[in-house]
Amino acid sequence: MPRRAAAFLAALIGAAAILLGGPLAAAHAAGESIGGRVIDADKKPVQGAEIAIKGEGFSKTVTTDAKGSFNLPVPGAGNYTVKVTGGLPSGQHPDRTDLVVNVPAGQTSFVIIPLTKGPGTGVTTASKWSQAPQLVWEGIVLGLIIALAAVGLSLIYGTTGLTNFAHGELVTLGGLVTYFLNVLLNIPFILAGALGVLICGVLGGVQDALFWRRLRKRGTGLIAMLVISIGLSIFLRYFYLYLFGGANRPYAQYQGQAGIDVGPIAITPRALVSSIVAIIVIVLTGLWLLRTRIGKATRAVSDNPALAAASGIDVERVINVVWILGGGLAALSGVILGLTQQVSFQMGFQILLLVFAGVTLGGLGTAFGALVGSLIVGLLIQVSTLFVPPELKNLGALAILIIILLVRPQGILGRRERVG
Amino acid sequence: MDWGNILSNSLIAAVGVQAVIYALAAIGLNVHFGYTGLLNFGQAGFLAVAAYGLAASVATWGLPLWVGVVVGLIGAVILALLLGAPTLRLRADYLAIVTIAAAEILRLIARSVTFRKWLGGSDGLNRFADDFFKLNPYSQPEYTFGPLTFSQNDMWTITVGWTLVALTSLVVWTLMRSPWGRVLKAIREDEDAVRSLGKNVYGYKMQSLILGGVLGSFGGFIFAVGNQSVQADNYGTELTFFAYAVLILGGAARILGPIVGSIIFWAALAFTDNFLTQAVAAGVIPTWIMDTQQVGAVRFMLVGLGLMLLMIFRPQGIFGDKREIALDAR
Repeated sequence: MPRRAAAFLAALIGAAAILLGGPLAAAHAAGESIGGRVIDADKKPVQGAEIAIKGEGFSKTVTTDAKGSFNLPVPGAGNYTVKVTGGLPSGQHPDRTDLVVNVPAGQTSFVIIPLTKGPGTGVTTASKWSQAPQLVWEGIVLGLIIALAAVGLSLIYGTTGLTNFAHGELVTLGGLVTYFLNVLLNIPFILAGALGVLICGVLGGVQDALFWRRLRKRGTGLIAMLVISIGLSIFLRYFYLYLFGGANRPYAQYQGQAGIDVGPIAITPRALVSSIVAIIVIVLTGLWLLRTRIGKATRAVSDNPALAAASGIDVERVINVVWILGGGLAALSGVILGLTQQVSFQMGFQILLLVFAGVTLGGLGTAFGALVGSLIVGLLIQVSTLFVPPELKNLGALAILIIILLVRPQGILGRRERVG
Repeated sequence: MDWGNILSNSLIAAVGVQAVIYALAAIGLNVHFGYTGLLNFGQAGFLAVAAYGLAASVATWGLPLWVGVVVGLIGAVILALLLGAPTLRLRADYLAIVTIAAAEILRLIARSVTFRKWLGGSDGLNRFADDFFKLNPYSQPEYTFGPLTFSQNDMWTITVGWTLVALTSLVVWTLMRSPWGRVLKAIREDEDAVRSLGKNVYGYKMQSLILGGVLGSFGGFIFAVGNQSVQADNYGTELTFFAYAVLILGGAARILGPIVGSIIFWAALAFTDNFLTQAVAAGVIPTWIMDTQQVGAVRFMLVGLGLMLLMIFRPQGIFGDKREIALDAR
């Protein structure tokens, strides 16, 4: 079956936008590919530049089109060297000659090759340790994306006991709604992202009110709910595939930004802005939990629902608020994830295990633990590429998930009695 | 619309190789989830270890087929020990998260370029099943039973597969009637009560994890030889989820549950697939609802929907007893 599923997915790839009706030419996206743009010193696209891509036993040359873009399917995940071999305007050259690009499984890696004027600086191969600051920065960005989803997952677990395998689909929903608003309704990206987060927050609350609350009232057991959330996850994921198709698609704006050099680190403006937004949102969530009445009530319900109910807290209302918050946070995670790696129907499912790793590492049910755990997971994944091949980078995060359960099952900030 | 074709394809799927694989995977899960109450979400990992143990032994190292089977079985036992050691003392959902993570780790390793020399990367391995098909007693190229036609190789795989299903079911049936099996069921009902009777709950859970993993690994062997290739992406989380759907459909904690569940699951899936494809092609379903490429997505939506509805309205499945199902996390 999974084999046939793969065949179906492969068949779906490259299909033009379906129900949403977008006239987007979907790039080759079933398997892995490398895409990119060559821009000259005046930020204009360069047509006809020859790009040689080598690696993993594969070698091929492509030429950029009128928009300065190229896209080449590659045989599998791994590291590829991207080199500009010719066709450049005279007097200009790429500032880095041999770019090593990591292509994750099933994804497209995107590179920008800016040209500079003047004599060539020659090839400088970066030493292993000089990459470390860059990897730390990328780890923080990834950690924040994971944390946004993890805080919601952890709060929902804390208040209801539900291990929600459909949380990844809330992340995807954020990306899809924003894509819909941004690309198909032409709403500027920042407004579209904000609207997407609001809409998904409301939808999170609706999901709880129409679905999970009824199950809780029926007295459905926690394991049964876990299995139901898996069913919901499969249903929603393939519903997204049905609507959106199998391709990875970018938002209309902020694609292919060149990095700004800050000391040893190249930071894209979009990553900087999204990280700041993520940090502000997480801090606000923390303050909300610590300072507001409803936030305190949330912590009380996490601690002991029966006691909270007895002291006059409306538990169902608290849970509903937590779902709205969790839906919104997950959607923001999806919006940012779509910015860094394009939107796809399974982007949330692909990071779900990392989210679980972050949540478990920090301690199931603790919001602040989820934040700390996610940042550690994000850093670990990126920094581990110093030692392991990039295609195996997620392995470290999953392995630490298993090790932490061996050593400290309640997680970093969890309390011992929660483990049972 | 060719109804005869739709029905015969559904019948072939009901007894085909996929049904065998998922029946074996679900029989293993039945020991874990149905009888012991363990939430193993890494069953795909057990199938992967078995399939790759067999394939790599034969294709990469040139060992005989039977050695490959032994390697696969040992791999499944080791995996169970590794998974069980940190998690069996913890709450049920921890085992779920760890097992799903471990299965993904195995898949990522199997498809990685780093280990391509031994495991074949994302292309996987093939040409290891020749010894299996040399034993094939069926001599004609095709066998026809009424509207159903099977190739020589499929006949042999199915025969071996259903024999394995019967034997493993017999083993599970015998074990669950034994005092050992009653302890497992008691653990599912109330772990603390069993502990208070002086039983080593951790040890029993570990034995259950190993037994179910080994039973599932037979599914991995059939998966490998049935396709005559192994590919890492066939052993993703969805294999485990579908095995759960099969088990819950048939009824957990029942000997026939996984078998009947698998037959119905695959027949239903083949039926919807063939029906929808033909209905779209014949224009019965207009293309604004779905085109042929969307049929794949729609039938998986139905799987998800079916799993949800089953778990909400009939968690005991077709044969099960509601009192015998572990539904509450302890």
